[in-house]
Amino acid sequence: MNFNKIYALGLRHLYLIMNSFPRILDLIYWPTVQIFLWGFISKFFTLSSDYYSNTVGIILTAAILYDFLFRASISFNMMFLEEIWSRNFTNLFIAPIKIREIIAALTITAIIRTLIGLVPAVLIAIPLFGVSVLKLGLPLIFLLISLYLFGITLGLLVTSGLLRYGPSFENIAWASLFFLAPLGCIYYPIEILPDFLQIIAKMLPLVHIFEEMRNILMTETVNFTNILKSIIISMIYFCFGVIVFYISYFGAKKRGTLINMGE
Amino acid sequence: MFIEVKNLSKIYNDYLAVNKINFQIEKNKTIGLLGPNGCGKTTTIGMLLGLVSPTRGEIIIENKNINIFKRDEILKRFNFASPYVELPKKLTVRQNLEIYGRLYGISDLDERINEISKDLDIKNFFERKTGELSSGQKNRVSLAKSLINKPEILLLDEPTASLDPDIGDFIRSYIQEYKIKNKVTILLASHNMSEVERLCDSVIMMRKGKIIDKGTCEQLIKKHGRDNLEETFLKLARSKDEF
Repeated sequence: MNFNKIYALGLRHLYLIMNSFPRILDLIYWPTVQIFLWGFISKFFTLSSDYYSNTVGIILTAAILYDFLFRASISFNMMFLEEIWSRNFTNLFIAPIKIREIIAALTITAIIRTLIGLVPAVLIAIPLFGVSVLKLGLPLIFLLISLYLFGITLGLLVTSGLLRYGPSFENIAWASLFFLAPLGCIYYPIEILPDFLQIIAKMLPLVHIFEEMRNILMTETVNFTNILKSIIISMIYFCFGVIVFYISYFGAKKRGTLINMGE
Repeated sequence: MFIEVKNLSKIYNDYLAVNKINFQIEKNKTIGLLGPNGCGKTTTIGMLLGLVSPTRGEIIIENKNINIFKRDEILKRFNFASPYVELPKKLTVRQNLEIYGRLYGISDLDERINEISKDLDIKNFFERKTGELSSGQKNRVSLAKSLINKPEILLLDEPTASLDPDIGDFIRSYIQEYKIKNKVTILLASHNMSEVERLCDSVIMMRKGKIIDKGTCEQLIKKHGRDNLEETFLKLARSKDEF
């Protein structure tokens, strides 16, 4: 791994953000809207019924964590799509940069894009709704690592699709996370799902992450088995994502799609 | 021989894009790759750049099969420019050159950027976004990117397409001068026959994925009994499948 090259590719995307104020605004806008929306919805439930008391914190924390996953994945996809849209794809793939360095650069830069969007939203939630994700304590770091790995994995799978099927696969980039959201048990416990879906859901790291988030907020205890399980599952998916990406890259070379991507 | 292409073929599904082509390029020579649209020029360039994997055949650089080189090792010796491939539009010219300079691992990057931007006369729009430039300016920036690493092997795909005669002549003169000052082997795909005559030491003519003739411009013109390369190209491109 050559860190100068990883830095160079990261810099390409940071310059893109720094050169455009609307782009920064766009990164911040959607997570903030998400927080407002979920904050007010959960506040309404709290005010309307005793049954829902103390749910603002849980729902809003879930919304923030889900948005972190969503932003991580979308950031990865967006950076790849930027190369296609700007017709820079060929230049990038003929540069002396290893495929693993491209993956590393996109992975590292995605966290910066994600944090630019999410930090303001997290800070707004504290005074506005009295909710702070920091209440999760040290386990928050591990939950974020697990979410990030899974978000990047989804990004890798979508970009593999872009390599395989070309820019027409773009719409899948936006739909990928909405497809998994119901199975991720983000806003509700796993018991809500029918039995057969519970089996599938348990194979996703999301269930373990969000179950543990609710556990910490409700019982103020930490179940490290859940956290470990989520990280291991995320790691397995990440490795799978990297393999699929390499297969798609070699497939694209075979089909010749790398040479006219974006045209 | 510096570059040897042996029995190179590419089949996309059932379509034979490149059909058992063979050619050699001597070090520091400029070879023109000519042929009508869809004749396999771009696929051939793609295979040389490692963007397309050949179905059959070999590409040999300095007596070594290209496959034994590591991807980043071989690619730092190459570069490529084409008006159909652009640099990120929202980045300034300076930012684009900086990024590609870093990707190619250029040690004295500021000096190199300064040198190349002076040579190609791009300094006056250095801080402008690449997407805001005219096609002539974009073309010069793209050429600057392709020379940032002082490549040993430079692949140029229609470097003066859609340029006005003045800018086109500037680019051709620059390439001509650059060839004299630097050690570079160039493969030039072009539809501009006067450009090919001016820049190339020899020419490869392709049609329907095959090489149908090769030689110096003078040899080909004489062989086919025409007055210039353009007429020779037309004769070869319109001929039946006798080749």
